[in-house]
Amino acid sequence: MAEKKKGGIKELSPIAVYKNLPKTNCKECGQDNCMAFATKIVNREIELDSCKPLLKPEFAKQYAALKEMLKPAVKEVTVGVGEKAKKIGGKLVMYRHEFTYKNPTAIAIDVTDEMPDAEVVSRVQKTDNFSFEYIGNTLKLDMIAVRSTSGDAEKFKACVKKVSETTKMPMILCTYSPTVAEAGLMAAPKARPLLYAATASNWKDMAELSIMYDCPIVASSPNDLSGLISLAKTLQQYGVKDIVLDPGTFTNEGLADTINNFTMLRRAATKGGEELAGLPLLGIPMAAWMNKGETADDLIKWRESYIASMLIVRYADVVIMHGNDGWSLLPLTVLRQNIYTDPRKPVAVAPGLKVFGTPDENSPVMFTSNFALTYYTVASDIESSKTNAYLIVVDAEGSAIDSGVAGRKLTADKIAEAIKASGIESKVKHRRIISPGKASRISGEIEELSGWKVLVGPRDSSEIPKYIIDKWQP
Amino acid sequence: MTHHDTDKKKDAEGLQLSDELLSALGKFKQIELEDFQMDVKDLQIIFEAGAAGQIMPKLKLPGVAGLSGKPTSMLQTAFLPPIEKYPNSITTVKLGATKSEGGTRSKTFTIGGEVSPAFYSFENSMPHKPIVTLDVFDMEVPLSKAVKMHVKDVVGDPAAWAKLAVEKFGADMVTMHLISVDPLLKDATPKDACKTIEKVLQAVDVPLVIGGCGDPVKDTALFEEVCTQFPGERFLISSVTLDMDVEKCAKFIKKAGHAVLSFTPMDLNLARELNRRLYDHLTREDIVMDLTTAALGYGLDYAFTNMERARIGGLMGDVELAHPMSSGTTNAWAAREAWLKMSAEWEPRELRGPLWEVTTALTLLLAGVDLFMMMHPAAVKTLKDVTNYLTANKKADPAKFADWVKVKA
Repeated sequence: MAEKKKGGIKELSPIAVYKNLPKTNCKECGQDNCMAFATKIVNREIELDSCKPLLKPEFAKQYAALKEMLKPAVKEVTVGVGEKAKKIGGKLVMYRHEFTYKNPTAIAIDVTDEMPDAEVVSRVQKTDNFSFEYIGNTLKLDMIAVRSTSGDAEKFKACVKKVSETTKMPMILCTYSPTVAEAGLMAAPKARPLLYAATASNWKDMAELSIMYDCPIVASSPNDLSGLISLAKTLQQYGVKDIVLDPGTFTNEGLADTINNFTMLRRAATKGGEELAGLPLLGIPMAAWMNKGETADDLIKWRESYIASMLIVRYADVVIMHGNDGWSLLPLTVLRQNIYTDPRKPVAVAPGLKVFGTPDENSPVMFTSNFALTYYTVASDIESSKTNAYLIVVDAEGSAIDSGVAGRKLTADKIAEAIKASGIESKVKHRRIISPGKASRISGEIEELSGWKVLVGPRDSSEIPKYIIDKWQP
Repeated sequence: MTHHDTDKKKDAEGLQLSDELLSALGKFKQIELEDFQMDVKDLQIIFEAGAAGQIMPKLKLPGVAGLSGKPTSMLQTAFLPPIEKYPNSITTVKLGATKSEGGTRSKTFTIGGEVSPAFYSFENSMPHKPIVTLDVFDMEVPLSKAVKMHVKDVVGDPAAWAKLAVEKFGADMVTMHLISVDPLLKDATPKDACKTIEKVLQAVDVPLVIGGCGDPVKDTALFEEVCTQFPGERFLISSVTLDMDVEKCAKFIKKAGHAVLSFTPMDLNLARELNRRLYDHLTREDIVMDLTTAALGYGLDYAFTNMERARIGGLMGDVELAHPMSSGTTNAWAAREAWLKMSAEWEPRELRGPLWEVTTALTLLLAGVDLFMMMHPAAVKTLKDVTNYLTANKKADPAKFADWVKVKA
């Protein structure tokens, strides 16, 4: 098989990096010395190019050596151009606990060249405008997959043109016909779309298009991994630079092979250093729409969504979907955000007293945990209702309320301590604190330890504003 | 290694392949002449394919000079499945007992026994399919609308609820949550709670999980009464935690022949500690672990990584973590996005909610969970369908895959 390569996150030591640095300790990179820079490099917390002396011609050899050393197990490929261009792949590791996953799975929604223009535009706009606020992040969709269902070059060209006039999102051009593909590329010659797909029968013409239009290309070989890496190798030798692998996505009983293929490829890349397996992986949950027969659309959307979620967990770097309903896309965009967070840091906010609006000595006092999601949810509910209130954020080691109480991370001790430490006792003249409904179990204990009267509030913070209006009396 | 499915196709491609092999080899020869690096392993693999005898003489033909270095036909290389060996395997735990085994159940289940990470069937198949136990409560509890609509007729009647879970919703097992004993709720006596177990045992013939209320002292008393009244049923006692009298619980659970759920709050060191303390009185085959499930969007990432690490650790020889895993997947409903009425673009919540539970469940299925404690019938159905698909040992059919591009959806 392919050549072995270095660069597994575990083998890389700061010393090995340091040896190749200019060792000037110039601090231009913002670090105290070259060793500190090397450590940051190993932790992927700084870019190699921020070492300015290293970019000088006399260090070209060392620079190249470091680049090779730092090369990710999965190649990074850029799709599209401009501010909405999307990097896919670039993975360093197989398992999430080894290191933060890079480049969250890009999600593409399809249009076809047989849809009326208005439908194309509305689907593209819906994809472009998809937005959900979640712990300080905006969850978005990433790409448009343009499928040639007509097989007609002119129709495809017109559709690609329409899409590229409507959005700056990157495109995936889907057709097995080089003639149709070329028509599409001519409509967006500088857009660097992802070309789908080169196969065992059309690879040469597709390779020519990929080279001519400088766009990445998908190698497709459904459920045949030898065929797949053979195709990737052929394309590489032909001169194609950026290749994405499509091992096929199969629904129902085909899910077993699907999950296995993705897993084998990613393990071969990250643990075995196989370069041909070390390319971004494309999943096509949209395959759920084939042979749909009498099945209700909602059921297909449901299936498509859970297949996408499984592929996000099992190594897909980009997925193509048809269903674009909020209810079916929300779970998988949230899952993607979860899976791609830093596994080393609990998502927590600083504990302490937070002030909302302009509270006075009679204003309500509440407490919650420092788990970021809990805090932001509570904070946004208080803010949006323009309630004047104090909120004491208790250090629950980043647990939510219910799991914090169950796991003894949010205890009456800690809450009593937090009340004292917050200085709230000099800010209000009452001694009444509203507890989250899910912490009702420990309210008695809190009263004993803190001397405050505990009012058990709603189980969900969306009901806080109403609760305060109905029940709050200092 | 994967092979093409239909024989016809195989034949056709076989013929084509030898042509391609020839030209590919010719190509390599050429590359070598031009002082390009040749991939020796490719050649070896091609020879192993059995065509070497035919091909070798042709290699001696003069190479075609003056080619650009671009291949003119497909290069062939083989993908070798990256198989690993693991020094340890996951313990199996049996749940439920038939009459001949000292219980009254007509069905029993064995979970665990994995010798590879979850669904790495290219290495090993899963020895036991993951199973689902449905939640039944012995009193009214706050339920989301999407769940309530399916169980509203049976809330307050645990036996009827259990029957519905097994007969209509396809539950493998039933979890009887005896929350009425909670001193903060009804403070029912353990004896009263056991009457509910008796009714449920009569109503269904599947193994039971017996759940407490979360109060460490009351649960100890409850479980002791359960063990006294129902020895031999091989319940899963849910759960024993570090703030209970672990030794006392382990002893009466052992004496009654039940299995135990060892529950810890998302910390593998605590999980090891609790298991070590249980080993003093119980065997490894009596212990299932619950490492805590957080909902999608509310810490699922920690739960997932914790479980994946525990499973890989267990396979790599960390025996204290080499236990089957259980997930309180019902926790998915703690996420407000699962049940809250949101703006129109995210509706209907009747679909969003159960899909939230499905997404939570499938993520943890891929981390290695063996036993799912679940709530919504549609989520249960999907989880069961997917585990069936993943363990069916059927090959995917690549023949029609390309059609997705043209599908009229």
